[in-house]
Amino acid sequence: MAVIPVQRQPLSLAERTYVPQILAGLRVTLRHFFAPNVTLSYPEQRPAIPPGYRGVPTLVKDPLGREKCVSCQLCEFVCPPKAIRITPGAIPAGTPAAHVEKAPQAFDIDMLRCIYCGLCEEVCPEEAIFLQNQFSMSGYSRDEMVNHKDRLYELGGTLPDSHFKWDKKKEAAAHGNAH
Amino acid sequence: MILAAVTPPEQLLERLPLVLRDLVTGFFPEPLRWLVASLLAIVAILAVFGLLFAFLTLAERKILGRIQNRPGPNRTGWFGLLQPFADGIKMLTKEDIVPRAADQLLHFLAPVVLVAAALMTFAVIPYGRHLVPVELDAAVLYFFAAGAATELVVFMAGWASHNKYALLAAMRALAQFISYELPLLLSLVPVVMLTGSLSTTGIVAAQAGWKWSLIPHWHVFTPWGFAGFAIFMVAALAESNRSPFDLPEAESELIAGHLTEYSGFKYALFFMAEYFGMTALSGMAVTLFLGGWQAPLPFLQFIPSYAWFGLKLLALLTGFIWIRATFPRLRMDQLMHFAWKFLVPLALLNLGTAAFWEFTHDWSGPLQLARWALALAFVAGPFVALGRRLTAGLGPRQYTYAAA
Repeated sequence: MAVIPVQRQPLSLAERTYVPQILAGLRVTLRHFFAPNVTLSYPEQRPAIPPGYRGVPTLVKDPLGREKCVSCQLCEFVCPPKAIRITPGAIPAGTPAAHVEKAPQAFDIDMLRCIYCGLCEEVCPEEAIFLQNQFSMSGYSRDEMVNHKDRLYELGGTLPDSHFKWDKKKEAAAHGNAH
Repeated sequence: MILAAVTPPEQLLERLPLVLRDLVTGFFPEPLRWLVASLLAIVAILAVFGLLFAFLTLAERKILGRIQNRPGPNRTGWFGLLQPFADGIKMLTKEDIVPRAADQLLHFLAPVVLVAAALMTFAVIPYGRHLVPVELDAAVLYFFAAGAATELVVFMAGWASHNKYALLAAMRALAQFISYELPLLLSLVPVVMLTGSLSTTGIVAAQAGWKWSLIPHWHVFTPWGFAGFAIFMVAALAESNRSPFDLPEAESELIAGHLTEYSGFKYALFFMAEYFGMTALSGMAVTLFLGGWQAPLPFLQFIPSYAWFGLKLLALLTGFIWIRATFPRLRMDQLMHFAWKFLVPLALLNLGTAAFWEFTHDWSGPLQLARWALALAFVAGPFVALGRRLTAGLGPRQYTYAAA
């Protein structure tokens, strides 16, 4: 193993008296005294959230206000801490939202388990679950820390995309070329 | 409060404390007036320094905050001004826990005695031309005798807590306080020597006047006085248990030191006594070296003397806070080396410098220059030589790094 000897400069007389260093230290603190604050008054001022931030996972609706989730349960299976629990249910035919067969009857994300890894967002084939900007979750009980479906949609809002994948599929099926 | 020699033209503002005192004592019969006057002084000291303590804690938190680029407390009241009172209410309403194994009496007594001892030192400081609560011939001696009681109390607290951290910290504190008491006292001996007085009013009176109506005759503006002031302030930092000498409370090693087993109001009392000690030592430094209540320039004399004292005191206290925000804590062995191998010899040599200064006071013309040069050399020479000795044998270290 090679050894690199490090040249150590002998201290000058001024350095040996230690006084310049003390004054330099005091000058540094004085400069910071007059420097502007780097803090935010948190509850009133909020930090700017950078794009790609992984906040609380939420469910989104499409621009027509329909659920995007088709309850395929991929997110439930991929979730490393098993924070997601989905109860799938059928969408009765004839309702305005009946663009797909299924939607979640219940969709619970236990935020005490969630590790904000974003795998659910990554795995979702329908772009229905997103980790958005909200970063502070609090509650007085364990039950309060479980986000139910209503809450998830409330947090998520609408995703302004206009693919309408299932509408196109339905239309194609009506014209006889399902795939 | 005793009437000092009154110079003829004095404004009302300067005499205001006396006028107020006479106003109040006038309501009482003659035989009781001395007692009422003393009680008034006590009330005034408690009120002024109690409030100063309260706002000093706020100022400290504000200044430390600003130095760390954050605003500091700003929620309670405008600019956080009500923070000390919120803290006080919190401290008063907190549960006071006494360990079962503790010595109940000593555990209770320690904070009480500490505050009492710290308050006693305020009695002899001349706050203004007419503002000396107790005029003692040996005021300086009294001040440091009363201040030394705090050392006993710190050990009392550590011993009574029956806690290993408290006891170890108390032993550290005792070692530190006793070590730094020596340079603290030695640094002020030249002042006593040259003014020939142990009375604080006498020492302030000796610093009256200006050279060429410009440079005040304060002790800090002489070579020995400057060295003495520096040594005094460093030792005062250590005596008041302030950073960078806050080893007894080194939280990484000793939790909260001798305060570990104290909670609620008793803890607040310790805290208060610490700030009182710091304020009193700063007041003493102002009295001994910075001309006490004397104005820095002749034309500034229209500002009352107590305002000048207050300004100087606040400047020193701000310095304490500034230093706290800047320097890291010393190690225990460095602390002891610094006191015994550096400050004590320097303070002793400073006696010689002061003696030289006194014996050459009739030198004039070019000799005056020689006097300054020699005195400065007496101060700076040992400083450099001793400073080099302090780290001798510790370096240079050989650093080696493994190559990648």
